[in-house]
Amino acid sequence: MKALTFKRGIHPPHGKHYTENKPIEVLMPKGDLIYPMAQHIGAPCEPLVKKGDRVLLGQKIGEAKGFVSAPIHSTVSGTVKNVTPMLHPNGTKVMSVIVENDGLYEEDPSINQSKDYKKMSREEIINKIREAGVVGMGGAGFPTFIKLSPPIIENIDTILINGAECEPYLTSDYRVMVEESGKVAEGLRIILHLFPKAKGYIAIEDNKPEAIAKMREATKNDKNIQILVLKTKYPQGSEKQLIYACTKREVPSGKLPADVGCIVQNIDTVVAIHRAIVRGRPLMRRIVTVSGGAIKEPKNFKVRIGTTYRELVEAAGGFIEKPAKIISGGPMMGIALFSLDVPIIKTSSAILCLTEKEAVLPPEKACIRCGKCVDICPMNLLPLSLNVHALHHEWDDFEKEHGMDCMECGSCSYICPAKRHLLQSIRRGKKTILANKRK
Amino acid sequence: MEQTMYTVSSSPHIRADHTIDSIMKDVIIALLPAVIMSLYIFKWEALWVMIFSILSCVGSEALWQKLTKNPITIDDYSAVVTGLLLAFNLPASVPLWIPIIGGAFAIVIVKQIFGGLGQNFMNPALAARAILLASWPSHMTNWTLDGVTTATPLGILKAGMGEVSAATLAAPPAFSQLLIGNIGGCLGETSAIALLIGAAYLLYKRIIHWRIPASFIGTVFILTWIFGRNGMFQANPFYEIFTGGLLLGAFFMATDYTTSPVTPLGQWIMGIGCGLITTLIRLFGGYPEGVSYSILLMNLAVPLLDRYTHPKVFGEVKSNE
Repeated sequence: MKALTFKRGIHPPHGKHYTENKPIEVLMPKGDLIYPMAQHIGAPCEPLVKKGDRVLLGQKIGEAKGFVSAPIHSTVSGTVKNVTPMLHPNGTKVMSVIVENDGLYEEDPSINQSKDYKKMSREEIINKIREAGVVGMGGAGFPTFIKLSPPIIENIDTILINGAECEPYLTSDYRVMVEESGKVAEGLRIILHLFPKAKGYIAIEDNKPEAIAKMREATKNDKNIQILVLKTKYPQGSEKQLIYACTKREVPSGKLPADVGCIVQNIDTVVAIHRAIVRGRPLMRRIVTVSGGAIKEPKNFKVRIGTTYRELVEAAGGFIEKPAKIISGGPMMGIALFSLDVPIIKTSSAILCLTEKEAVLPPEKACIRCGKCVDICPMNLLPLSLNVHALHHEWDDFEKEHGMDCMECGSCSYICPAKRHLLQSIRRGKKTILANKRK
Repeated sequence: MEQTMYTVSSSPHIRADHTIDSIMKDVIIALLPAVIMSLYIFKWEALWVMIFSILSCVGSEALWQKLTKNPITIDDYSAVVTGLLLAFNLPASVPLWIPIIGGAFAIVIVKQIFGGLGQNFMNPALAARAILLASWPSHMTNWTLDGVTTATPLGILKAGMGEVSAATLAAPPAFSQLLIGNIGGCLGETSAIALLIGAAYLLYKRIIHWRIPASFIGTVFILTWIFGRNGMFQANPFYEIFTGGLLLGAFFMATDYTTSPVTPLGQWIMGIGCGLITTLIRLFGGYPEGVSYSILLMNLAVPLLDRYTHPKVFGEVKSNE
């Protein structure tokens, strides 16, 4: 079968060779754990504990505020050292609970309660996923229970599990598919139980044959689950592009996947759903790739949320070369950090430490109108024109040319031979327009 | 506290390898087969025209930028490309002040005055050719081959359409001569094979897209085949597309980034428009050849084409339903 794909896009170097064959290593935290109260899209949590309190593993320490929110749990047992604003991986200071690990890992009695999901009602399952604090772990951090509660359940006919992992360097989803294929399959079965009319698909790029084989094996007896092979291309894992590649449906501008009958979930999120329902465990760990040319022994870790980036970098042998850039996430959409003293949160997929050579930042030159950005834009925008409008503060033209539809994949800046910072100015344009509208 | 300083910038954090310089170098590499063939066919005369044209372009760019106190950007090779393309559009026998004036005009008047690289509204080399042709037509149409004055294949075809008796004219050169390039013409346009090799390189390296050359050449092919010089469906369209400046123009000049549309639909229209104007001039106009004027005219339409050919945004139509 021909590999499925979307239109346009780019082929950045993979950089996955560093870690793709490194089995997931469990990393136990050494120092204090930091839990920012904002680890998801939506309202930040309210701390439920105060300085000096003893907390148990799995205990809820942040209560979800508002509908779009997700509770946060302690991932160790110990004492609350402080509740204070701390540096967040996104570069701002966020109210955080700091827990001193007592090393006992004493579990909260509320966790580990589970029963057969087939005997649970839809409400019970959704509620359990909400209480477990499960959010989209691919990067955006949208609360999973909302995604699983579309207005009309019967309209959903496609559950897509996103195993594209199109970002260079990242191998966490790949390792999960290879090593925990059974859990991914079972997690998908739980989602399909919620949507009896839907078929399940696990979409994987064709540069990951082992993951494709393992997932095929794990789902061979499931009549309503199919493995889809995707062309290796960036941004294949973008939600709307993935839906188009797999179903040829176009999510209308400003609408959600559910509007075209699809629900997309990230690989690690499906495992988190599995743990929440089958084992009664809240979201407390995630898989993180620590990679890049400046890292001594690039690895994939299973790590407790709240562990600092510094501990992960040290566990990967530290630096062999002075890193020029530290990135939280992938090199295309990740956020550059100025400090390693930030905690792993629910959406931290990778820590990349790039060398001077990898993290090139060449000077901007004049646009020569080569049109390469137009040829590759997955949303079919005109990045060069949006860039000019943003730089000239022509916000009306920016909106007229659908600048707000930009998904910030960064393909335009990547491909630009003049090395113009196209996404940077487009992103600023979007933010300015949103800010003007709020006024 | 953190002691080490890390670079913090907006994503993406990796960039493709190619640069403006590398693209310009690739264009020069793609032009090399034609350079070699023109040296083989036109000998020393071609070499001097090329050298003076390139020196004039690079020199006037450096001089202009120095006089206007702008950063000197001759290291991006774009002036070299302009110089080489201008030379390709000149007869080998021109006096050497012609490439010098042409190069200075191309760079200073057409490129730098309008803002430099990426801002010119016309192809600099072609604009310079047009002004040279208008100012010194005799020098610009003096075609020689091995020291003997000759005519271009298109000139012979054009003359054959008129009142002059066909018997008094030389027969147009054989098709095989068009491929090698041993014919009268501008020094870079005569060898079809050399130009096609260069074009294949540009397409393979994805420096250019096939939309403009394919629609340009395709339009000329179909129109000359249908309307022919000697009546409907009488012409040999393969002969027509391999003569004159069509291959050079379609692959190397009409595809010039700055003066061609950025949208796919705009590029199709650009190519078809160039083909249409070229055929009109060749068959019905006063000049034997129309490639350079067709490109220049379509260059002027590029801002309009870009404005009215925005592609449909992903997810756009359905939301309007």
